[in-house]
Amino acid sequence: MNGRFKPGDRVRVRVGSPPGHFRTPGYIQGKIGAVERVHGVYRNPESLAYGGDGLPKQPLYLVRFPQSHVWRTYAGAAHDQLLMDIYEHWLEPA
Amino acid sequence: MREDHHDKPHAPDHPMTEFEWRVEAVQTLLIEKGILTADEVRRQVEEMDSRSPTLGANVIARAWVDPAFKSRLLANAKSAILELGIDFEQEATLVAVENTDTVHHAVVCTLCSCYPRGLLGYPPDWYKSLNYRSRVVVDPRGVLREFGLELPPDVEVRVLDSTADMRYLVIPVRPAGTEGMSEQELASLVTRDSMIGVAQARTPALR
Repeated sequence: MNGRFKPGDRVRVRVGSPPGHFRTPGYIQGKIGAVERVHGVYRNPESLAYGGDGLPKQPLYLVRFPQSHVWRTYAGAAHDQLLMDIYEHWLEPA
Repeated sequence: MREDHHDKPHAPDHPMTEFEWRVEAVQTLLIEKGILTADEVRRQVEEMDSRSPTLGANVIARAWVDPAFKSRLLANAKSAILELGIDFEQEATLVAVENTDTVHHAVVCTLCSCYPRGLLGYPPDWYKSLNYRSRVVVDPRGVLREFGLELPPDVEVRVLDSTADMRYLVIPVRPAGTEGMSEQELASLVTRDSMIGVAQARTPALR
């Protein structure tokens, strides 16, 4: 199964806090990054957390964000990066 | 709640905390309903207790001496470590990332405590602490400095927040002056913290 995005694609993390369990931390929501790696497809934890089957499986991506974009006050070097695993339904093209 | 828990071999010596009561209650229910047996629970605990950073250190040492293995480890870590006879946890998938003179990775799970337990054993307490989890993403250089690791500005710091099905293993930089060392000697230089990315591997002089 091919995901919607490929390495290098720019993506924006959706903003939201659906009721129940989700694994997209608030601090990264709304941020724009680039797909670093396509991990494959995995069962959706938002369903698994409540005894569901997690299907259909969701493509999972490693997404890279410049730290200076994630934190306005970031004090490290300009080239520092934050990388996070994010499921496809939390991403949109940017 | 059954009242005979203090007779059980795994009951703690101290007054039970809320979480320990919860674990006890769930485990008792699972056993009473026939979903798990006490022996299966014991075997799983025994299996987990047998894991330690020694496993990960052997993987890193092999990667240091065998460039082809390192390539396979970076491409598909799970299948590469199977070559070494290490049976990794079934659900999660392992990803190896390489530290170099110009890129340094550090791993965190800001949501909970995701950790490659099959290769490193139990995570250290600080890895699970709110302090580490919340601060290393915001100020990685500052937190690494507190661990005694000062990274030059020209090194790119990459923090990996493992929020999902992936577990991350850092391949630390092979220390200078280790050219003549055997794989076994090299493995003794690879520490748990260097595989999380909050430290470098030991240098031979500091052994």
